[in-house]
Order: sequence, then C-alpha cells, then structure tokens
Amino acid sequence: MSRDRGEKDKQHSLKGTFLSVLLLGGFIALSWSGVYILFINR
Amino acid sequence: MTATTIQASAADHKRPFDGKDAKLVLAHLLVAFTALLLGGIAGLLQGLVRGGMIELPSELGYYQILTAHGVLMALIFTTYFIIGFLYAGVSKTMGDRLIGVVSRLGWAGFVLMTIGTILGTIMILANEATVLYTFYAPLKANPFFYIALVFVVVGSWISGYGIFAQYRYWRRTHKGSVSPLFGFMAVATMLVWQIATIGVALTVLFQFIPWSFGWVETINVMISRTLFWYFGHPLVYFWLMPAYMCWYICIPKIIGGKIFSDSMARLSFVLFILFSIPVGFHHQLMEPGIAPLWKYIQVVLTFMVVIPSLMTAFALFATFEQTGRAKGARGLFGWLKSLPWGDVRFFAPFMGMLVFIPAGAGGIINASNQMNAMVHNTLWVTGHFHLTVATTVALTFFGVAYWLIPHVLGKQLTPKMNRLGIIQTVIWLIGMFFMSGSMHTVGLFGAPRRTAYTTYGDHPDTVLWMPYYVAMAIGGTILFIGVILMFWNMIALMRAPKGDANTAAEFPIGETAEHAEPTPRWLERWGVWVGILVVLILFAYTVPFGDMLINPSPGAKPWVTW
Amino acid sequence: MHIHRLEKIWLAIGIAMLFIFLGVIGVGAFAMGMQPPTGHHTIDPEKVSETYPFNNPGLEQVGENEYNAYMVAYAFGFTPAKMEVPLGAKVHFQVTSPDVVHGFQITGTTVNLMAVPGEVNHYTYTFDKPGEYLVLCNEYCGAGHEFMSTTIIVK
Repeated sequence: MSRDRGEKDKQHSLKGTFLSVLLLGGFIALSWSGVYILFINR
Repeated sequence: MTATTIQASAADHKRPFDGKDAKLVLAHLLVAFTALLLGGIAGLLQGLVRGGMIELPSELGYYQILTAHGVLMALIFTTYFIIGFLYAGVSKTMGDRLIGVVSRLGWAGFVLMTIGTILGTIMILANEATVLYTFYAPLKANPFFYIALVFVVVGSWISGYGIFAQYRYWRRTHKGSVSPLFGFMAVATMLVWQIATIGVALTVLFQFIPWSFGWVETINVMISRTLFWYFGHPLVYFWLMPAYMCWYICIPKIIGGKIFSDSMARLSFVLFILFSIPVGFHHQLMEPGIAPLWKYIQVVLTFMVVIPSLMTAFALFATFEQTGRAKGARGLFGWLKSLPWGDVRFFAPFMGMLVFIPAGAGGIINASNQMNAMVHNTLWVTGHFHLTVATTVALTFFGVAYWLIPHVLGKQLTPKMNRLGIIQTVIWLIGMFFMSGSMHTVGLFGAPRRTAYTTYGDHPDTVLWMPYYVAMAIGGTILFIGVILMFWNMIALMRAPKGDANTAAEFPIGETAEHAEPTPRWLERWGVWVGILVVLILFAYTVPFGDMLINPSPGAKPWVTW
Repeated sequence: MHIHRLEKIWLAIGIAMLFIFLGVIGVGAFAMGMQPPTGHHTIDPEKVSETYPFNNPGLEQVGENEYNAYMVAYAFGFTPAKMEVPLGAKVHFQVTSPDVVHGFQITGTTVNLMAVPGEVNHYTYTFDKPGEYLVLCNEYCGAGHEFMSTTIIVK
C-alpha cells in the first residue's frame, strides 16, 4: 500500500518541472524589468 | 467504444501512409522548402548589404528582396508546411486516409494558393510590388499583387474546409468518442485562420483592389491598417499552434513517454481561439487615430494569450520529467539526461521550445503599451520574430520533416540523415544566436528595421551600430548554410531507402497516461468558443473601429515611391 | 478537470506577474501621463502644407520652456530639418505625412511614433540631456527610406 503510494508519487513528482517554469518566469520578469528601466530612464 | 477506438489507432500507426494522401502532403512540403530556399537567398543578400559587405546589382533593390524574403518565409513557407502537416495528421489519425471530398478540397486549395504564389512572386521580381509583406497603404502595388494574395488566402480557406470535413466525417463515424487530439487541434488552428483572415480579406477586396485599379481615388489608411493587424496577430498563432501540436502530440511518443494532460492541451488551444484575435492593436500602439483606452484594453487581452503558453511550458517540462522518472531518473533535473538528445525528431523541436523562452519574453515586452516605444520598428522586433517563427516554429517544422517525409513515402529515417539533421539544427542555432542576439541589442540602441545600408550622414549613433550589423551578416550567412543543408536534407529524405513495418519512419502519436481522467466533452463545443470569440472581437474593436468608420480621416491617394 | 497542484500554483504566479506588468504600465499610462503616441486629429494629406499648424512647421512656444513642435514627415525627409530645442524643454510633437506612412523616431529617447497620412499624431517629450539627436524614419516608405533623417539639437 505504501509502496503503491510511493510509486505514484515518484511518477507524479513534478518538482523539477515547477522549478523549470519558475526559472522561465524569472527570465520573463528580469527581461521585462530591464526594458522598463531603460524606458523610464530615456 | 472509446477504449477500442484507442486500441485500434495504436495498431494503425504501424500502417503505411496512404499513397494518394502522400502526394498531397509532399506537394505542400516541396513548395514550402522551395520558398524557404528562395527566401533564404534573399535574406542572405539583405544581411550582407546591411553589413556593408556587398552592394546589390542595379537590377535588384534592397526593399524588393526584402519583400520577397517576407512573403516567401512568413507567408508561403509557413502556410504550405502547416497545411501539409495538418493534412498528414488528419489522414493518419482520423480514418487512415482522407475521404474523397477532403482530398479534392486539399488539391483545390493547393492549386489556388500556388497560382497566387507564382503570380505574387512574378509581381515582386518585376519590382511591381516593393511594398514589403505588410503592403501598408498608401504604398500602391500592381493590382495583380493584391489579386495574388486573394488566390493564396482563398486557397487556404478551401484547404481549411478540407480539415473540417475530415473531422466531421470522423465524428459521424465515431459517435460518442472524444476526437483524436491531432484532429481537435487541427480544427482549432484552422478555425483561428478562417476567422483571422476575414480582416485581411476585407481590406484587400474592398480597399486595396478597387483603389489600386483606380476605381476609387483614396484609401483610408487607418482602417486598412486596423483590418490588416486584426489578421496580422492571429497569423503568428496560426504558425505557433501547429508547432505546439508537434510538442503536445508527437514529442511524448518520440521520447518514449505519455501526453501529460490531454484535457489541458485542448484547453490551451481553446484559449488560443479566444485570445489570439481581438488583440491587433498591440501592433499599432504607436499610431494615431486609436484611443489610448482601447490600446490598453487590447494590451490586457494580449496578455491573456500568454496564459496558454505558460500552460504549455508546464505541460512539456512535466512530460519530460514524468518520462524521465518512469525510466528511473532521480533528483530535480535527472530527467534531463534521459531525453533522446541524439534524435533529431526530439532535438530540433526541443531547441525550438527552449528558444521560445526569450522569444516569448520579448513578445510580452513588445505588447507592453507605452514600452513598445523602446522597440517599435527597430531591429529588436526583427530579432524577436526570428526567434519565434524563424527558430521556434521553423526548427519544430524541420524536426517534423525528418520523420514526416520518410513516413509518407514508406521510407526510413537513416542514422546518417538523423546526424545531418542534428548538424543542421546546430548550424541554425549558432547563426541565429549571432544574428538575433545582435538584432535585439542594436534595436535597443535605436537601429531601425526594414532599412538598407546607411550611416544617416555619418551620424555618430550609426558608428555604434555597425559592428552589430556585421555580426548580423555573419549570423545570416551561417543561417543560409543551414537553409541549404535543410533543402539538401529534404531531397535526401525523399530518396531514402524503403522500410518495412519495423524500419519505416513512424508518425509519432502520443498516448495519454493511464491514470489520466477522461477529457471533458465541453472542450469540443466549437459553437460556444466561436461565440465567445465573436463577443470578444466585438468588445475589443466595435468602439475604436466604429470611430474610424463614423469619423473617418481623409483618404490617401496612391503612391509608388520606389 | 484535474489540474496538478503545482500547475495551479505556477499559473497563479504567472498570471499574477502578468497583472503586475499590466498594473505598472496602466498606472504609468493613465495616471502618470506616459501614454503611447495618440490623437484623433484628422487632416487632408493633400493639403498639409496649407493647413494649420503645418503651414508653419517648427517650434511654437506655449509656456516657460514648453513648446509645440509641428513637423512633417515626407518622402524622404523631415520639416523642419535640424530643429533646435532649448535644454530642458517640454516639447509637444505633432506630426503628419502628406504622402505615405513614415516613422518618426528620435534615437536615445522614447519618441517613436507613426506619421500617418490623414491623421496627426501627438507625443510629448522633455529633453533633459543636451546633444545632437538623430531623427530617423523607421517605417519603410520607398527607395529613399534609408536616407530619411534629420537631427534635433538640444542645448
């Protein structure tokens, strides 16, 4: 029973996915902010 | 009923592709890659001119070859590949062959589009249509250029009807079953296309053709631009959605995994139907004649269309991670190592996915209302779309070609072709890194797009830009080598050795995970989605477009300034 | 329809980020005057040189170090050319075209607007830094497009 749940969790663990999309979001946030700062300063 | 249908289609994937349908698919791919080659020659010349390395012979104009480059790459290569790919997939997944009327519609569309393509190309080469692929009024091309566009668009409509007809046939013969994911997504893509092209059709039929023949004296420029960009934004989703189809449907099979969520994949395409069209103003942010409130409202709607891409990013990483973990990968990123990097059918589309990260980030910046002033009509925009369509979409389409061409012919994807494919992909990435990277940078410094070699009277700003132009020329030359190699690879794939049921290239169709819940039927209620889309279009456009109609600006006479 | 917990969190974060962007640019545009170029101010493109204010292009003082700048973008140049603007001046640009669509971009600034025949476009910019600014056309307008430029001198 616990082995089943363990296997299901291993099949379902999406921590790497979550971290990857957070990095993606971070890239969007950084690049957007960079251009925004450039805009404000011109 | 549903279970046996899925079983049946899994066995079908070993079946050879229908011979008649193969001809239709290949016809489209051949035109697509020929357009890529010709458009690539044009692009090479542009890069070398702007980099100050060559001067064009007097018979050729920079803006003439730029028009050819835009039309061949962004209209012909894309549309033909997409239609070929969609027809192949609906033949494969919805009945194993196209029914008679669908095959006839497919050929009729092909013939009409090709007449238009040839006519348009002649006009461009004769310097009668040096108006760039956006053909903004009041630049006036030869009326037969606009007629050529009509042939291409009407041809594509007919091709779309074929997709709908095959889908309807499948649903009639599989009552109660959820449609195959490929068919669902193909219908969604063609629905976007049919509704989006209404804008460009209206302006070409009712404005440009009468005006260019001299039947009416003036043209309302803002109305023509608004109708064009009503079309111009969803055009890019017409390119992107087939790429997403490869990612959602084919990639899981190629990597030995399952589709992460059939329902969420369909939902993302429903969101594309809703939000890719009522957003044209974000291409018109620096224009007069549109109230700031409506520009901002369409910016908000534009940001909504980012959401299905955020969903797709999650779904793809999740597919990779689940597949890797099922194979025993451990740790946060162990699953990365288990991906088939040496398989061009995965590698090329994956690189397309990766590049979509900076590509999409740039797109969000472009659409950000007043921030658009930083990038409008600069080379940043050119850098942006060379990432989105010319890398993400192009590499995905190339990756598809490596199995689609041999599959429809019953031939093999040999290890040698696979290796050439990897090399071609790497060459593309290197060239694009230099070219697009430079374009983004020098664009932020103010360097304009769509402009031939100049120093603006030796203004000091242009001295700063020159090294980037040189880098663009180098990157563009490397990309041209990539174009040649891709064309060569296409021919080689067509001449590959025949395969049998085990060695012939397969059409990779992913299956959903066993524990996944059944797909809700409401996702397939096309009438509801189109209805909501119409409401959104009316909301986003009625007041500002109505204002243009009721308080029109004075029209403009034709100009031939080249 | 089942959505994985982490996907729900990701989408919440992503959508929140988009709304933060929309909020920043919305406040900037509607509350802090940082709108994109605009104006529903029509003009007959065939009569630009006879129609106020383009019958007298150039600077018109409207306040202490505040000016209207009436400029015409045409194939292939700008009127007035080499305009001089005092340092720190707040300039309200009004730009139109008597022929095709042109761009009006002052590199190094946020001035980047479309000059459309039939319409007058409006944009306000304050020149805080001295220099000789390049003004160029960034919308393809014909054979001479790459020569279409002028300068604005701020001192």
